[in-house]
Amino acid sequence: MIKTENLTKKFDETLAVDRLTLEIDEGEVFGFLGPNGAGKTTTVRMLTSLIAPSAGTATVMGYQIGADDQQIRRNVGILTETPGMYDRLSAWRNLTIYATLYEVENVEQQVEKYLKMLGLWERRHDAAGTFSKGMRQKLAIARTLLHEPKIIFLDEPTAGLDPEAAKLVRDFIAELKGEGRTIFICTHNLDEADRLCDRVAVFKTRLRVVDSPQALRKQLYGRQVVFHLAEAAEGYASMAENLPFIKRVQAVGNKLVLSLEEPEQHNPDIIRQLVRAGANIQFVGELRHSLEDIYLQLVND
Amino acid sequence: MEKIKTIILKEWAEVFKNKMVLFTVAFLPLIFIAMPLVTLAATANMGGEISSADSPPDEFFGDLCVDLSEYDCTQVYMLNIYTLMFMMLPVIIPASIASYSIVGEKTARSLEPLLATPITIAELVTGKALAAIIPAVAATWLAFGIYVAAAWFMVTERIFAYLVAPMWLTAVFIVGPLLALMAVAAAIMISSRVSDPRVAEQLSAIVVLPLVMLLIGQSVGFILIDQRVILWMGVIVAALDVGLMYLAVKVFQRETILTRWK
Ligand SMILES: Nc1ncnc2c1ncn2[C@@H]1O[C@H](COP(=O)(O)OP(=O)(O)OP(=O)(O)O)[C@@H](O)[C@H]1O
Ligand SMILES: [Mg+2]
Repeated sequence: MIKTENLTKKFDETLAVDRLTLEIDEGEVFGFLGPNGAGKTTTVRMLTSLIAPSAGTATVMGYQIGADDQQIRRNVGILTETPGMYDRLSAWRNLTIYATLYEVENVEQQVEKYLKMLGLWERRHDAAGTFSKGMRQKLAIARTLLHEPKIIFLDEPTAGLDPEAAKLVRDFIAELKGEGRTIFICTHNLDEADRLCDRVAVFKTRLRVVDSPQALRKQLYGRQVVFHLAEAAEGYASMAENLPFIKRVQAVGNKLVLSLEEPEQHNPDIIRQLVRAGANIQFVGELRHSLEDIYLQLVND
Repeated sequence: MEKIKTIILKEWAEVFKNKMVLFTVAFLPLIFIAMPLVTLAATANMGGEISSADSPPDEFFGDLCVDLSEYDCTQVYMLNIYTLMFMMLPVIIPASIASYSIVGEKTARSLEPLLATPITIAELVTGKALAAIIPAVAATWLAFGIYVAAAWFMVTERIFAYLVAPMWLTAVFIVGPLLALMAVAAAIMISSRVSDPRVAEQLSAIVVLPLVMLLIGQSVGFILIDQRVILWMGVIVAALDVGLMYLAVKVFQRETILTRWK
């Protein structure tokens, strides 16, 4: 659905996006992670035909950016970084304007559909300026969807929202995914990317890595199991090191952290050996790395 | 067409909620109507008291009104200055509307989602320009109409003929809209550089300066406004329109708006 090749954007001296090559499939939820100033918004603007790349090419739904810009604009939806509503106009008016500009056939029907879907129907006659931040974001999301785009770009959809509003937005994105739409999300919220995205890219001017959140975890850290003991773990480290399937051993206080590939298969054996050696095991669990750990490692190198 | 209409109606719905704009569009024409009428009312009673009422106009007026008495010619001369002042309306009103609309969108950051839609730049600029020009031209014509109608009761038939002379009809009905377009082009360019609508409004209204110079020229007798001057003015303003609109559309490109506007 989206394919970029060496997509590059330079602003005077600043290189904002450097040779980005990516391919995103239909129906995929793709997370675009990167720190402030990484070039996420710039990338989205290029892919929505708002600004032209300095070099490289991209196609969106088979349309070439630069050549088929109007087609691209007609077919994608974009939630911009700031909602940019007409604050003096009502929610209803804001949406009907956009529905007309997006050449929607049943303007009123579509506007009604999305106002209801996002829980804004009761407030439709109120000026957008009177809405809370969360409601404005919901209104902006409604505006993004009026023309039923197959591809949706969301630039930090939950930034600045309280946890409840953020959850509402996330649930809604999950719903959109269920409808088979392709979704490109820029975010700093790693937890969000972890939960929503099929694949994530870590990006800082250049593409650092792309993969599913699970695969990224595994790739960087393997799998780790932590054994909480009643006593110091140090005494059992050498015993664990002698087991052939253990890749790495760390003993921190009462915790023994073992890296291994197939904990399902080997854990019972490890437990038996530890008990035999006199260990008092209190808990056993898999140590899951958050996407944050991975992200920070990739962005900081 | 539908999109242009949508933009125009949107601009009006937004911009007329602004008191400054509303004041400019509604009250300025009233002031411009009141000024000449008050003057006419004040001078109408003086006719008999001027001794040289029936003497021919002196050479100061040139061939402005050879067939009138000096007194009548003075009146025509004054009315001409007022009518020339009417020409400021189609500059000030669109400068105000366009400045508030564009700087307003800029500070509200509503341009990016707007530019993401499949509207063409031509449609967008046309919509914004018409949204500023239509009220300006309508207000000017209406104000001129009221002024002329009221003056009909206050001046002699011969003077009235000068009021609605072809040159003034050309000025109000042709040069006026051309001036409005010029103000819009200026407002677009200036709005791309400033973030305060009042500053944009005042800077764009600088377009009015040549008009003011003409006014002063006329007042001190340096220039005598006649059909030829008005026609030249029309030609120059039309040429400036083409040039300024070209430049305005150039700064009103998606890429420029999103990456170069301040
Ligand atoms: N119009 C511009 N002129 C010059 N430099 C720009 C312009 N727009 C963006 N940049 C630069 O390009 C880089 C990428 O900016 P961009 O807004 O795409 O980052 P981002 O990943 O969206 O950041 P954030 O998380 O803060 O939204 C930054 O260094 C920024 O300063
Ligand atoms: Mg950004």
